[in-house]
Amino acid sequence: MALTTQQIAEINRFAGHYRQKSGAAVEALKLVQRSNRWISNVDLAAVAALLNMSPDSLEGVATFHNLIFRRPVGRHVILVCDSVSCWIMGCTNVGGHLRRRLGVDWGGTTPDDRFTLLPIVCLGACDHAPTLMIDADLHADVTASGLDRILEDYP
Amino acid sequence: MTDTADTRPLTGAIPSDGSALGLAGYHRSGGYEGAAKALREMTPDGIRDEVTKAGLRGRGGAGFSTGRKWGFLPRQDGGQRYLVVNGDEMEPGTFKDRVLLEGNPHQLIEGMVISAFAIQASQAIIFLRGEYTLAAQRLAVALAEATDAGFVGGNLLGTGYDLEIQLHSSAGRYICGEETALLTSLEGKRAIPRAKPPFPQTSGLWGCPTVVNNVETLCNVPHIVRNGSAWYRSLSCGEDGGTKIYGVSGRVKRPGAWELPMGTTVREILEEHAGGMQDGYRLRGLLPGGASTEFLTADQLDVAMDFGSVEKAGSRLGTGTMIILDDRTCPVGMLLNLEHFFAQESCGWCTPCRDGLPWIERMLEAIENGEGRPEDLDLLAMHVDLLGPGKTFCALAPGAMEPLGSGLKHFRADFERHIAEGRCPWRQ
Ligand SMILES: Cc1cc2nc3c(=O)[nH]c(=O)nc-3n(C[C@H](O)[C@H](O)[C@H](O)COP(=O)(O)O)c2cc1C
Ligand code: SF4
Ligand code: FES
Repeated sequence: MALTTQQIAEINRFAGHYRQKSGAAVEALKLVQRSNRWISNVDLAAVAALLNMSPDSLEGVATFHNLIFRRPVGRHVILVCDSVSCWIMGCTNVGGHLRRRLGVDWGGTTPDDRFTLLPIVCLGACDHAPTLMIDADLHADVTASGLDRILEDYP
Repeated sequence: MTDTADTRPLTGAIPSDGSALGLAGYHRSGGYEGAAKALREMTPDGIRDEVTKAGLRGRGGAGFSTGRKWGFLPRQDGGQRYLVVNGDEMEPGTFKDRVLLEGNPHQLIEGMVISAFAIQASQAIIFLRGEYTLAAQRLAVALAEATDAGFVGGNLLGTGYDLEIQLHSSAGRYICGEETALLTSLEGKRAIPRAKPPFPQTSGLWGCPTVVNNVETLCNVPHIVRNGSAWYRSLSCGEDGGTKIYGVSGRVKRPGAWELPMGTTVREILEEHAGGMQDGYRLRGLLPGGASTEFLTADQLDVAMDFGSVEKAGSRLGTGTMIILDDRTCPVGMLLNLEHFFAQESCGWCTPCRDGLPWIERMLEAIENGEGRPEDLDLLAMHVDLLGPGKTFCALAPGAMEPLGSGLKHFRADFERHIAEGRCPWRQ
């Protein structure tokens, strides 16, 4: 899929904020990912060209950041905090429940393409541990039973 | 001035319903008065002196004097210089900048305006971790409001001073919070730290003089400028000035974050504000300032939470957000969780960290699973030394060794029990 005119315009707008266009690398990748879910090789090369970077150089940036996906993900990405405060407060149960309920392991995507399940580091909401994010939304004080309700909001 | 503004300048005006303080509310709390005073009545050097006298120390973890940091910039020669806000907040157990970003975004913007003017930067960038989506939305709204009101943009308050502020939303990896890695990332490269010297103050973003300050640090600046350094110092009960946003997470009755006088004791924070331990749980130890600080133990509750006192007690104030270890949580399991984090987040640039941390994680995993050997404890202690300060390219690895080294000391009997019994005593 090639970039849309609107994506190109927004990437150029980001790039204008930086001394060199490459400064917009992460934001440009995130922008494309918001509509395409992940970054394909074709997208990567197109973004690199817009930012005056070689595709390999942009690939180095893309693979460095865990929130840039270089493989297809589901319609919704679940990020379960597995850092220390959430671990103390029982995130292992939350992760276990999700894996059973969705029938996938960490990194997996449900066969209906609805959810991808990933661990994430501390989400900065440790006073409400355990926590997780689904797409851009934070969910705190999560319980295994409450989770089933939350998932319904993400068709 | 109201009571809360007197004692809790950073958080007193934040609405209690979880919404953000808008521009009108911020004005009512005295907002942007500091910026007006700084730009109209003060010189850049005058602002810096006031901040130095106030005893403001960096809230990002290292506690460096903010005024002195600004003083390392070369004399202004008309060239580009940058102010960069570190809003990466990825230290496990830390959730204080989130409170400020989501609750009072204008306060950060005002702090940036004054601080950028003090270092004569015409460009400022907020580096925000990607997961802070609500903070990003609220900052964008506040930036638009502040621009309309003439506090950001060209010719601020008619003084001829120009400042552009840009919001940069990142995409994960703890190392991005290390200030030189952060700058490298802003240049569109893999976030690998840089050698110091040169320090960012002389060669930072795009090779230009740059100051990197933490969110909470900069939120203090408007209040110092508005009310003076003597007032700021009087807020604290220790040697460092001001208040501090302390936090507690773990098995306590009321986990949370509170703005309190700098130097409040661990006991007061834990017992009065966090409500003490949950019923049925006993305190065994705590990491006072995030994952990369050394354990304090249950007999050290009278330590004052300021930079000097926590250091004297054998740890670091770090981010000031404590993680509580209770008696029903396995200390070896907790250290395994911590070292898994550090091993995963190592940027991979230098060998001791890239190869040492996974080794440590595997050894801890073996001990936790009942497969440890007695000699593993010496091997772990050796790694604490091998990855210590000065032996790696940046401070990530030495930070990772702080809970490990202190944990091996304080919880040695627990380690030995795992090895002797061939199992984790906390598991059924
Ligand atoms: C691995 C690592 C991660 C860091 N993460 C952060 C962070 O998320 N936020 C922060 O303000 N400082 C972080 N720091 C500290 C910064 O390098 C820097 O000291 C700080 O931003 C300076 O601001 P201050 O003087 O206002 O505290 C980190 C340091 C290291 C070594
Ligand atoms: S200590 Fe670790 S994080 Fe820091 S430069 Fe070396 S490998 Fe990278
Ligand atoms: S440890 Fe999970 S939010 Fe901080």
